[in-house]
Amino acid sequence: MDIERKIVLPGEEISLEGMKQGNGIYHENGKYYSYTMGVIQTYNSYANIIPLAGKYYPVRNDRVIGKVIDIAPSFWIMDIRGPYPGFLHINDTPWKNLDQDLNKILRVGDTVFLKVNEITESRQTWLSLKDAGLRKLEGGHIIMVQPTKVSRIIGKGGSMVNTIKEATGVKVQLGQNGVVWLDGPAEKVMEVRKILRFIEKEAHTSGLTDRVKKILEESR
Amino acid sequence: MGTQSDIKLINEEGLRNDGRKFNELRPIRIEVGVLNRADGSAYIEWGGNKVLVAVYGPREAFPKHTQNPSRAIINARYNMAAFSVDERKRPGPDRRAIEISKVISEALEVAVFTEQFPRTSIDVYIEVLQADAGTRIAGLTAASVALVDAGIPMKDMVVGCAAGKIDGKVVLDLNKEEDNFGQADLPMAIIPRTDEIVLLQMDGNFSREELEQAVELSKKAATYISNLQREALMAKYKSQEPEKEGERSE
Amino acid sequence: MSKSADEIVYGLRREYLEKISAEGNRIDGRKFDETRQAVVNINFVPRAEGSAEVRLGDTRVLVGVKVEQGVPFPDTPNSGILTTNAEMLPMASPTFESGPPSEDAIELARVVDRGIRESKMIALDKLVIKEAEKVWVVFIDMHILDYDGNLIDACSLGAVAALLNAKVPASKIGAEDYPLPINHVPITITFAKIGSIMVADPNLEEEEVASARLSVATNENGDVVAMQKGLSGSITQQELFSAVDTSIKLGKDIRKRVLGR
Repeated sequence: MDIERKIVLPGEEISLEGMKQGNGIYHENGKYYSYTMGVIQTYNSYANIIPLAGKYYPVRNDRVIGKVIDIAPSFWIMDIRGPYPGFLHINDTPWKNLDQDLNKILRVGDTVFLKVNEITESRQTWLSLKDAGLRKLEGGHIIMVQPTKVSRIIGKGGSMVNTIKEATGVKVQLGQNGVVWLDGPAEKVMEVRKILRFIEKEAHTSGLTDRVKKILEESR
Repeated sequence: MGTQSDIKLINEEGLRNDGRKFNELRPIRIEVGVLNRADGSAYIEWGGNKVLVAVYGPREAFPKHTQNPSRAIINARYNMAAFSVDERKRPGPDRRAIEISKVISEALEVAVFTEQFPRTSIDVYIEVLQADAGTRIAGLTAASVALVDAGIPMKDMVVGCAAGKIDGKVVLDLNKEEDNFGQADLPMAIIPRTDEIVLLQMDGNFSREELEQAVELSKKAATYISNLQREALMAKYKSQEPEKEGERSE
Repeated sequence: MSKSADEIVYGLRREYLEKISAEGNRIDGRKFDETRQAVVNINFVPRAEGSAEVRLGDTRVLVGVKVEQGVPFPDTPNSGILTTNAEMLPMASPTFESGPPSEDAIELARVVDRGIRESKMIALDKLVIKEAEKVWVVFIDMHILDYDGNLIDACSLGAVAALLNAKVPASKIGAEDYPLPINHVPITITFAKIGSIMVADPNLEEEEVASARLSVATNENGDVVAMQKGLSGSITQQELFSAVDTSIKLGKDIRKRVLGR
């Protein structure tokens, strides 16, 4: 459809062309407007604006990488790069609180691969470690990418990230919040970092997976 | 406004001391995404003004007592570099900077959907690197662009513009000399689509009719400036052609 | 919470950087004694008597020099005055706060000042308008715009470049403007200690995990004119002298390649 992939700005009138009002769109005096800079995408009869920039806003069941920033008696306070901190309760981890100091399990500065369990009415974000693959991350390096670019880095059905992993042999764990864990030899980690910067820069363009493949082949 | 003087600011041909017509803006250039650390940023040159803006947030408002449980607070901080003016300015905020920060925060608040982020702050740092009259308007115009670059939800962009009076005539966008020796200055900011006025200050002397002319001049110019804002934002996302054979981009 | 979320370092970053440096690598592919590319844009603020914008990798600072008339200090009636100030603007990093200068900003300004003052870069004795009454005051104001590590070197280079291009506005007192009188050109090189490795011109990732920091300012004769050790770790004598040798070498290179001196 015509409106697809067009870049819009806040306050720009959106012609829904029979679609329903989705994300990133507000309604005023019978008209529809974008409230963010983004690309229009239609999905299941909804028109949505996919933002081109912005912070991470947690959504239930998102996989994120968090950093312990403080410790309370029965939960950890985590930075997940959103507008609010997240909370990880001991009951939502595989560990048992046998009256031990939480500091002995996860310390300030530790990095954890988590899921968003629940977001309360007052925007409190509760996290969990109880699901396959979720764990404390050890070794490796952490780099940041723009959260709005994560879906591009994953690619359709994981095609992009798998291409990168296969070509470089680097272990990659992506958080929806734009925190990326990489593990491998320094020069390979550097190569992946460069590729991720390239994807971020070109995220709004098409044919990206093929271009990334080419870069990876050339650096062989 | 400055003191009355014999300095002539408009010549016989009706041109101003920098060669502009009464309804002409100084050259304006806007760049988006110029800083790495900030969540959003913009740089504007407007005549001799050079202003850099960074946006951080929404992030937890600090100190905690400043948090609003139902919406985000917009915290603009207008600051002039010590070397931005002829006489070195002592670093740190003075009363003028605090007032300007307040009216800019309030103007931006009209445009931002603050209720989406209770208890947070959206921090807008406006650094005047070189000043040449009209810094608050240049700063606000760039701030609006930086907010969009940060992905902050907004109902529209805010555009700043100013009109004033020199040699008894209403003109657009005063430069430094005109500001010093003119008779009135009217900095204003509007949301062009809805026609809302979100910032308005004035000093000097306008008849009711002159005021009307000044507002009209600024409003017309705002449409033009609003296009510059849009172009600057789009330029950041201009598709780059896929690289030629054998070339790599970093 | 004593530290903000942005100030707390990802613990595994420290381990990783220490590991790869022990293997001879840096995270951005540089050699241990290699600085990032410095780009200097002079006269960015024509309104100031001198100015320079410096980009050192993704670190960006703007230095403005104002030269104004003032009263000399009673103990130095035959000398102009040099004063240096750094603004770590909250624009530059989520960890910088508004308000009066932090300890870090004061240390930064003093370390930059020391390199310039102790090298006798500016001929302050030539800045006297009337002995014991009126001299030229040189204000160096450093604005930090974007923080990606090593502000000391970025600011020092910016200050030196701005001074080299500054003029004394003598037309204000009925004479002719003249270039600020210069004797020497100091260059400062800063090292971060990661594990047991000293790396030159640390970027933010490296600076965050460093145990110690050492800055060495040298002049064009290869003499050391100012130093500062920072952070709560220690360095060995061997590390000190190796850093001095590297500073002399890199200083020569930057003086020539970046400043054309």
